[in-house]
Amino acid sequence: MSNLIKIDNGTASIVNDDWTIVQLPATHVEERKQAGKVVLFKLTGESTVTEEQIANTVIPATGKIIVPLSVYVERNNELASRIAQGDVGVWFATHELIDYLIQEQHDLNALPIIAIFVERFADGRIFSLGTLLRTRYGFKNELRAFGDVLRDQLFFLKRSGFNSFLVRQDRSAADAVASLNDFSKPYQGAVDEPQPVFKRYNRGA
Amino acid sequence: MYKYDEIDQQIVDERVAQYRDQVRRYLAGELTEDEFRPLRLQNGLYIQRQAPMLRIAVPYGMLSSKQLRKLGDIAKKYDKGYGHFSTRQNLQLNWPKLEDTPDILAELATVEMHAIQTSGNCIRNITTDQFVGVAPDEVIDPRAMAEIIRQWSTFHPEFALLPRKFKIAVSGTKQDRAIVQAHDIGLEFYRDSNNKVAVKVWVGGGLGRTPILGSVIREHLDWQHALTYCEAIIRVYNLHGRRDNMYKARIKILTKALGINEFRNQVEAEWTHLKDNANTITEAELARVARHFEAMPYESLPDNDAGFDAAVASNPAFAAWVKRCVHAHKQPGYRAVTLSLKPHGSAPGDITSEQMWAVADLADQFSFGELRSSHEQNLILADVKQGDLFTLWEKARANGLATPNIGLLTDIICCPGGDFCSLANAKSIPIAKAIQMKFDDLDYLHDIGDIELNISGCMNACGHHHIGHIGILGVDKDGSEWYQVTIGGKQGNDASLGTVIGRAFSAEEMPGVVQKLIEVYVKERTPEERFIDTVRRLGVPPFKAHVYAKDEVTA
Repeated sequence: MSNLIKIDNGTASIVNDDWTIVQLPATHVEERKQAGKVVLFKLTGESTVTEEQIANTVIPATGKIIVPLSVYVERNNELASRIAQGDVGVWFATHELIDYLIQEQHDLNALPIIAIFVERFADGRIFSLGTLLRTRYGFKNELRAFGDVLRDQLFFLKRSGFNSFLVRQDRSAADAVASLNDFSKPYQGAVDEPQPVFKRYNRGA
Repeated sequence: MYKYDEIDQQIVDERVAQYRDQVRRYLAGELTEDEFRPLRLQNGLYIQRQAPMLRIAVPYGMLSSKQLRKLGDIAKKYDKGYGHFSTRQNLQLNWPKLEDTPDILAELATVEMHAIQTSGNCIRNITTDQFVGVAPDEVIDPRAMAEIIRQWSTFHPEFALLPRKFKIAVSGTKQDRAIVQAHDIGLEFYRDSNNKVAVKVWVGGGLGRTPILGSVIREHLDWQHALTYCEAIIRVYNLHGRRDNMYKARIKILTKALGINEFRNQVEAEWTHLKDNANTITEAELARVARHFEAMPYESLPDNDAGFDAAVASNPAFAAWVKRCVHAHKQPGYRAVTLSLKPHGSAPGDITSEQMWAVADLADQFSFGELRSSHEQNLILADVKQGDLFTLWEKARANGLATPNIGLLTDIICCPGGDFCSLANAKSIPIAKAIQMKFDDLDYLHDIGDIELNISGCMNACGHHHIGHIGILGVDKDGSEWYQVTIGGKQGNDASLGTVIGRAFSAEEMPGVVQKLIEVYVKERTPEERFIDTVRRLGVPPFKAHVYAKDEVTA
């Protein structure tokens, strides 16, 4: 059963996933600690992918694939023909920089899909990244959230420009769909509805 | 004050439904403890030592009598018959049941109240001066802007999960009473040289573990751009603020790390894209919201009431109350009144259901049915006729709300501390009570005069101890509770952070330590000096020497 929710023409439904997300191979990462506590979040701009990982990433020979940003950039030549066919999308994590993608791919709309991996529910950078991709960089195609995606983020993700949500595998996407409509008339302008409520409704003279 | 329309009402109603379902899922095991935590926190629900604590939002401190009556009802029905006003002008219930919290929110929604974003890593309640709208030194009444910011920040999708909590204060007075320099963003409204409303924007202030006063990021911003400029600031913070260490996650750490100039450059670069976007505030919207805050239908009165003057002259107890609890008003013949929630020997900021109902009645009878909460944890009736003050005093006194100690040593600002809060290192309420009992002589208190004493039970600084003239911080040393003392902190335009005087003290020593600090002041002061002035003139050494004098003898 698919756990992918997509919004198409304003209607959300659970659909089959055409895309395969390509993962970097696991690496032995040094456990980072501060004051005895294991560090949970990576800092924005922090480089965490090794050359070895990029080289060792297994890319399926056929089908539609979403590859890690570092692989997309470093192994672009190898993927060129599939990119031209529209069979390659990119994913990146919340600490990675959009600029890194722009340097490689000036026209983001050449990408059929961009996915952002949110490692932890509490990581709200994903909302700013979605907003920037839609408003600053004019990205128009599928924008997907995956990772620790639970129903109580969906409303905010939708408002931040996401139209595709891969709900965490142990949770029901069917239950989660309802949360896309938690609030009917949000106050502030955002990606999905740029006008704030005071410009959308006549709230009295 | 602001009244909801159908849109506002629908949002709080939908929030109740959303939260009710979140609680249901948690109780059914569909949400883990870790997953439920950020959800409940954004609804003001903490899991505390004894029971959950629910923090109810009082936007910029404004309450109607109807709302206060309902809060009294809720405290009676779902709690132990009392509530606690916090230093963020909110009301906290210390003993609700988790299962009851959706019903409490549903009841709050019936009186246009909620608990949205009163905790968690999001934009918190907007705070301001408790004398907003009536203070003689007010240049701009910032309540309409505060309400516009409240609406904009409510469920702002981009800023729903920030690195850490985010606090905004607004002010529009010559003398700052909203501590704008101690907030993540402080918006100081003023009239510029063209007589237009403008904003001076402060950023990166905060108390807590790393106390820092804010820096000015922009001297002049047209009011229309207040929201988009905040969006630029918070976007830079959201993307670049630290998330790997919660103690270094506030915006003040980012602004310090980058330096205010680099931070400003990044914000201004971001703002070039956001300026003039749809969230730019229109004249029409400001006018719509401002209508809710128009001046009360005041009577035309002389500024002096003969009956009042006579009562002051003949009744020393009334005169003492007037001196401390009655404040100037911009309208002739009217005064603002502080109802003290600091009777000696009880928890600062606590109020019973019966008192809430009584205050609601007083507000209806004497102050147009409205009141305010202050960050000093008292309640204010803002629009009282001078001729009504004596009657009001008698009724307030009968309800234990007329302790004439506002601005005095026993008007202690105090967090709930280790009695309730699971973050605390030490108890704070018993310290406050012990100091109040030690200084239970009103004549002596009045002689000591204006002084602010703040107590926090841990370095999160909910009691704002860094900006107390005397600040007391509970610390944990090898599992026992100790208290570190600072002096010389101050709120206001000339804000400063206090200096630690030396080694920490046990709880039993604390009243004596405060006594010694006061002794130095009384001995050294010039006739015009307040405690803070003497500290600023002399510095810490004479105070330190006297407090630790005995140590030196035995050492």
